[in-house]
Amino acid sequence: MALGRIQVPARARRGEVVEARVLIRHAMETGFRREADGRAVPMNVVNTVTCRHAGREVFRAELGSGISANPYFAFWFRAEESGEVTVEWVDDAGERGVASARIEVS
Amino acid sequence: MRALAALALCACAAAAAAPPRPEPPLPGTHFLGSDLKALQADDFANPGLLWVARGEALWSEGAKPCAACHGEAARSMRGAAARYPRFDAGLGRVVNLEGRIDACRTGRQGLPAFAPESPERLALAAFVARQSRGMPLAVSVDGPARPVFERGRDLYRTRIGQLNLACTHCHDERWGKTLLAEPISQGHPTAWPAYRVEWQTLGSLQRRLRACFFGVRAAMPDYGDGDLLALELYLAWRGEGLALESPGVRR
Amino acid sequence: MRRRRFLRAAGAVLAAPALPAAAQAFLPRRDLAALVASVTGGATPSREGIALEVPALAENGNSVAFRVRVESPMTEADHVRAIHVLSERNPRERVALFHLGPASGRAEVTTRIRLAVGQRIAVVAALSGGRFRLAEAAVEVTAAACIDEGT
Repeated sequence: MALGRIQVPARARRGEVVEARVLIRHAMETGFRREADGRAVPMNVVNTVTCRHAGREVFRAELGSGISANPYFAFWFRAEESGEVTVEWVDDAGERGVASARIEVS
Repeated sequence: MRALAALALCACAAAAAAPPRPEPPLPGTHFLGSDLKALQADDFANPGLLWVARGEALWSEGAKPCAACHGEAARSMRGAAARYPRFDAGLGRVVNLEGRIDACRTGRQGLPAFAPESPERLALAAFVARQSRGMPLAVSVDGPARPVFERGRDLYRTRIGQLNLACTHCHDERWGKTLLAEPISQGHPTAWPAYRVEWQTLGSLQRRLRACFFGVRAAMPDYGDGDLLALELYLAWRGEGLALESPGVRR
Repeated sequence: MRRRRFLRAAGAVLAAPALPAAAQAFLPRRDLAALVASVTGGATPSREGIALEVPALAENGNSVAFRVRVESPMTEADHVRAIHVLSERNPRERVALFHLGPASGRAEVTTRIRLAVGQRIAVVAALSGGRFRLAEAAVEVTAAACIDEGT
């Protein structure tokens, strides 16, 4: 279940620096956990999160098992033009997710 | 577990009345640190809302979705979670919210029931519970619900496990004190399903109660066990008037 | 130097009772300075213009609030390129690497991190032009009182 979301302000002035918030549903398995029967649960974390706006990468995170389950990020970007702010992520199993939010720039 | 229930019934005769409810009644949120309190209150960052969002999608999914009978959840489910567990006349027994969802799945939708603690069951329960956010707990413990209530009330004060403790010893007699560095809450069930940081996921009240059994080194009842349901009903009665806050965040 | 060594030793003694024996055996204390040097390539980082916000005491190590801010105009000529988050005692020392640039506008990232035990963490900001900044903080992690087998 690749589920996540991004929140940005609905409106901004051109050039204004605004905050983006991202929340992703993911167990962030460390690889150190075992099932009740002793089987090791393989490591599987969201290893990359990338946020793009106006054709540019505004934020990218490379992650390991030290990020909490259901990862949360808040960061900033310069609002350049009206359109989608898109966040994409991928985990160690290759599962991808994407979420976007619209910003109106005047 | 049957032995435990028998024990509860024995205790019943000696202890007909429930212990006095803590005054003033305080939700579990009161006993959280400022960081987790803020996380629960944050309508974007609270991880439980990911399950609520999934539940919202499930509400309208499938050939015969929940929405086909219940319409818009914001209207039809408002206040519902605050009245559970309750006696369901159609089923002829007391069910909790998850049990009612299971009954809809198998009875009305012709689908297999969700497994306990499955992401889907938690998501639907969290979505329905969310519609009652801020509303006061108000369960009925009279009529056919009475025996279940009394079973829960007696179990609440029955010593169990290797630590030989009852619920009441921590949550009536010692709330506000600390266990290691953690404050002991009054044990009100307002946050559930809740995101527990220790679990790193959303979980039901039954999962939390099972953890209490484990904590006092008692055998854990299975999910859906009558003892857990009875405790849920007793706790809901005991927390009467406190506002629902699911999805809560807990340690 | 002697004072710092004393503080570190005192910290270890204070932290010890809170740690299960297994954690002490398997999570040895890394040399944070060496870890920082591996990021900076040996360059000495400035400790100015960077702030790390973490709680002194975390209620649960599974989810610890984290924020780093670096003072920077975030222009093409002068910006923060990356922020490394390094752990002294997690099983894996590299917690996260955040890539920023002029399009970020502000060098500030908030997230939630896992801490296996109480420890120091370091953030190293790599600036355009090859300079570095460093901030460190210690977080104590409360041992859970209500044990739980987790299912």
